[in-house]
Amino acid sequence: MSNLPKRIDSIHFGLLSPDEIRRMSVQRIIVADTYDEEGTPVPGGLMDGALGTIDPGQRCRTCGNRIGDCPGHFGSIELARPVIHVGFNKVIYKLLNAICRVCGRVVLDETRIKAIFDAVPKTDLDFSRIGIVPFHIADEVLKEAAKVKQCPHCIDPDDSSHGTTKYKIRLEKPTTFYEELELEDGTKQINKITSFDIRELLRKITPSDCQLLGIDSTSTRPEWMILTALPVPPVCVRPSITLDSGIRSEDDLTHKLVDIIRINQRLLENRDAGAPQLIVEDLWELLQYHVTTFLDNEVSGIPPARHRSGRALRTITQRLKGKEGRFRLNLSGKRVDFSARTVISPDPLLSINEVGVPRAIAEILTVPERVTEWNIEEMKELVMKGPQGHPGANYIIRNDGRRVDLRFTKDPNILADALAPGFIIERHLRDGDVVLFNRQPSLHRISIMAHEVRVMPYRTFRLNLCVCRPYNADFDGDEMNLHVPQSEEARSEAYILMRVQEHISTPRYGGPIIGAIQDFITSSYFLTMDGSVYTREEASTLVTAAHLTDLPEPRGIDESGKPYWTGKQLFSTLLPTTMNFTMKSMFCVHHDECKRTACELGGYVAIRNGQLISGVIDKKGFGAEQPDSVLHRILKEYGSDATRQFLDGFTKMLIANIDLRGFSMGFDDVDIPLEGRRRIDQQIADTKDHVNQLIQTYEKGLLERQPGRTLEETLEMLIMAALAKVRDNSSNISAEYLGMANSAVIMAKSGARGNMLNLGQMSACVGQQSVRGKRITRGYKERTLPHFKHGDLSADGRGFVDASFRSGLEPIEFFMHACGGREGLVDTAVRTSTSGYMQRRLINALQDISSLYDGTVRDSIGGIIQFIYGDDNVDPTKSDHGKAVNLDIILDKVLETELEGD
Amino acid sequence: MSKCTIEYIEKRLDEFKSSGQVPGIVVSNLVDKLEKRLEKQTITKKQLESILSEVVMNYKFAQVDPGAAVGTIAAQSIGEPGTQMTLRTFHFAGVAEMNVTLGLPRLIEIVDARKNPSTPIMTIYLAEDYATNEEKAREVAQQIELTKIENIASSVDIDLWENAIEVNLDLDLLKNKNITIEEVQDRLQYRRKNEVEIIDGYKLIIKQDESELSSLQRLREKIRDIAIKGLKGIKRVIIRKEANVGESGEYVIYSEGSNFMQVLRIPGVDPKRTYTTHLHEIAETLGIEAARNSIIRESRKVLTEQGLDVDDRHIMLVADLMTSSGEIRQIGRHGISGEKNSVIARASFEVTVKHLLQAATRGEIDNLTGITENVVVGQMISLGTGVVDIGITPNYREFSTEEPEPVPEIVAEEN
Repeated sequence: MSNLPKRIDSIHFGLLSPDEIRRMSVQRIIVADTYDEEGTPVPGGLMDGALGTIDPGQRCRTCGNRIGDCPGHFGSIELARPVIHVGFNKVIYKLLNAICRVCGRVVLDETRIKAIFDAVPKTDLDFSRIGIVPFHIADEVLKEAAKVKQCPHCIDPDDSSHGTTKYKIRLEKPTTFYEELELEDGTKQINKITSFDIRELLRKITPSDCQLLGIDSTSTRPEWMILTALPVPPVCVRPSITLDSGIRSEDDLTHKLVDIIRINQRLLENRDAGAPQLIVEDLWELLQYHVTTFLDNEVSGIPPARHRSGRALRTITQRLKGKEGRFRLNLSGKRVDFSARTVISPDPLLSINEVGVPRAIAEILTVPERVTEWNIEEMKELVMKGPQGHPGANYIIRNDGRRVDLRFTKDPNILADALAPGFIIERHLRDGDVVLFNRQPSLHRISIMAHEVRVMPYRTFRLNLCVCRPYNADFDGDEMNLHVPQSEEARSEAYILMRVQEHISTPRYGGPIIGAIQDFITSSYFLTMDGSVYTREEASTLVTAAHLTDLPEPRGIDESGKPYWTGKQLFSTLLPTTMNFTMKSMFCVHHDECKRTACELGGYVAIRNGQLISGVIDKKGFGAEQPDSVLHRILKEYGSDATRQFLDGFTKMLIANIDLRGFSMGFDDVDIPLEGRRRIDQQIADTKDHVNQLIQTYEKGLLERQPGRTLEETLEMLIMAALAKVRDNSSNISAEYLGMANSAVIMAKSGARGNMLNLGQMSACVGQQSVRGKRITRGYKERTLPHFKHGDLSADGRGFVDASFRSGLEPIEFFMHACGGREGLVDTAVRTSTSGYMQRRLINALQDISSLYDGTVRDSIGGIIQFIYGDDNVDPTKSDHGKAVNLDIILDKVLETELEGD
Repeated sequence: MSKCTIEYIEKRLDEFKSSGQVPGIVVSNLVDKLEKRLEKQTITKKQLESILSEVVMNYKFAQVDPGAAVGTIAAQSIGEPGTQMTLRTFHFAGVAEMNVTLGLPRLIEIVDARKNPSTPIMTIYLAEDYATNEEKAREVAQQIELTKIENIASSVDIDLWENAIEVNLDLDLLKNKNITIEEVQDRLQYRRKNEVEIIDGYKLIIKQDESELSSLQRLREKIRDIAIKGLKGIKRVIIRKEANVGESGEYVIYSEGSNFMQVLRIPGVDPKRTYTTHLHEIAETLGIEAARNSIIRESRKVLTEQGLDVDDRHIMLVADLMTSSGEIRQIGRHGISGEKNSVIARASFEVTVKHLLQAATRGEIDNLTGITENVVVGQMISLGTGVVDIGITPNYREFSTEEPEPVPEIVAEEN
């Protein structure tokens, strides 16, 4: 039972005492050298073998382990004179201000301490630390004591009439302390306090005073904030690297330690030789500098220690802090094995649950599988295939724990024969394995989902288009990561909890985030629109594409006597037969009185007993991020399995459908006849006249000021309104000429891609360009470009683009358009960083909060945040678009949908 | 088949409500909907029962799992749409003339619990007889809007000859704001020790002892800044007739700048409906629960305005966390993240070294209860499937036939 996993229960923080530093040290470091000419570590030097080894093959002199197993061992340096730890300079400063310079007691008497305690409301006492003085009381004590002028505990050695005078302490950053003495004649005298004296003073603080001052004296003595011995980190913390040229390059910490030892030795020699006070003090200060920068090389007030090349050294503090520091880079985030990354590309034939994995990757990523009596034959085959050739294996772990690399075996057959139950085979990834798939930035939990592997040729990961939305992926070069869970427990958790089909509903609003996009929607429009009929051949193609076997009864017989099927019928083959549902599609224009199933626009989607009887299935019907859709209904009523089947089947049918007819958009789709062009030009010309008139009235001073605005603002607003209107008007004119036969219009109306505004910009008029919500004003003095007169307020001069994208932009228009476009780019760049930081803060603040078995929501120490989650204990993911219960649906279901017409 | 009457449905649903199987709001919605249905069709008792059982089933299905990481999900659900929000600070909402911070900057402001939000706005509703009377509404507005000397003076000059400062009041403005010249004189007199004289009915002369030009200039600026009327911090007020407030439309005052506590004291203001977007002022005036509600309301407003669909429960959780200590704590370094119990969690968020050094002096103990701590040391986190622990009952012998070992008596040790 010795290999039972150990659990860390808690971590106690404290300071190392000089004694402890010495005790844990395996070697006193006295030589400022690292290696001698032969490349062996100098004994007593910074690379002493006792500190652990970094050479592969060599054993550690202290613990006898090889590299990787040897944890490294600390050494120590005896400092010739005590030195202040920079990190604690403020604490020391506060302490010195609060204690007596002679007796070392806190300069407050019992009554004042009691008063401070009484002033703090009892409810503020930190219950998790009963017995220890709460820290805000300590702050209060420090503040109060700093104000006191005389010590209540001892008598001034110079003047026995009162307590010891407390002088003001000044901290000259980072590590020099002064005492401001006020002499009798009123002049001030400033004395430096040596770290030696500070240490002696701090030593006098009694344990009970420590508590008052917010120091836990059981783990930390104040005098330990002054270093007398310095721990030397093990070699593996600061490994040296051998460059290609054979020159050794030492770590920054080693460099700093060399400096410390060198100065320390000199200080020691000078001190022992009785050198002049001045020299000793200079060296002492230098030692302080080196120790300071060893601990933190970004202390304000002193220049950072630099490398020979001029680069600032990366010392202990720098190693820990920030995004690239130890905490965030190596501790909160860890690198993993069994992962892969490559470019993604689409594959509509995969299920949403699947991911296509390139064979080359499948041959490297492995899954450990234990050999049993039942799978031994299969495993033997895998071993014989070896690391080349696909369903093979890369390693065998034998019962004795030995690992055999199949790449280096002469005869895999021998190994295969030697297989016995209990061996572990690290076999290649193969179809059906569960893997995690992820795309950064991982903004929400559905950025990582579990997929089933499909091993495929070529070199990209393939994924179904419906899962693009949760990952926010497209195929313009995006890369994604894949991770292979290695234990049965991990695999089953991934499969049950993280599989794509379990995440069709998003926790953000409780609706489907996975659904159809782009061409699926176009195709669905063609399939389900009124009048779409299919011959037997076509209908069978579609139905088989969806992996169904049965064609429904034909709807009727056409003129030539052949049976035909409607698109709605074919769509209905995929619906659960008991489904009843009504909704409005994108085409619904909200007539005053709904024509219901008679709606010729296809706006009224009605499903009765699993048959689509009216309406068009478009973005609102089964699009991604569309709550209260047909897809959402299927998910809620029939569960994730049925929804996956529906989506997989329907998208495949839609691919087949759009393959039958073809779909494209081109130049002529945004072309409008000359007549329309003329009308638009006229509109624009009229509006420009109107704008010029406005400007004239303004210049004459006849413009009426609107409340709350200046005259200029009023003018701008009127102009903006006029120009916005003309863009809309011309868009509407062009829309008159673009009917439902137009590919672009079909896409816009069905919600597949784009909108009528985009279309208007392409066919009619691009319109006003804006920067910061205003017309473009910046550039030259009082004008945007030198092509205009000073103070030109006209439409053209402020970035109105007459042209359409179809007709092409004039150079000036192009420039204005680029201004607006640039703002968009800048905005996106800034937004990602600010919203990213906001999310990091949110996650950090909220991550410990979870719901518990008693229904409460608590933080990590058990503090209650909510007595019941969200007032009703409903999980948004499982809710119906935020509602716990969708009453309308239940009522419809139970009371039966009244059929249209009756 | 027996049919339900309205009375029966109400009775049955009352019973159902008191059984507490589903939240009350669901039941009352159900009553409304059933009554509407009953106008068009008949409902049998059997149907009613199956509706009820269906409702219970649906509600049970949607419960949160114990151990669900509701915090992380809330943070993600609010953070993720942040990438889709506009950065444009200023937007016009409700009142066209007024600037309101919306979008991502406002959301950050809320989450940061800023003490001084960039565009605080009060919506001041009026008491009964004031709300429909424009004249009275204007009177209230005049008491709220901060009026300084510079707002009512056409100029403030220095008279070097007389060694005085001369305030030329704009009588139209004065009338407009319903201030008499004597009132101005009084206010000035109250603030300055020197004599204030009225000349020509519109000029105020304030004699000064100083004769240095620079100090006179400084004094002039001070005088321009003297408040005559109104509440501190309120830059501008707008009165609007809101057609859909109250029965037949009401006058509502909107103010740029906020001084919630003072505004509620002004007669004519309806304190029950008046609202401010300044979270801290709400906390101070109405208490922490009100502040919690206003955090929800403000965040909701930002998200809806941007057309983003986020479940209320996520926003509620954030608001509850921010206010759980009794005062508004910000999300971040100076609030929740900085006050965490775990040293490691604090260190791995921001200002790493400070937290480590502080932990050392205080001798802090990290009990590794949170998420970050356990990730750092490489242990299982207590979330999701990780909350489940195997518990061994220490007196397992209860279930066995063996004689229990005598429990050693604990004797209190002396000292």
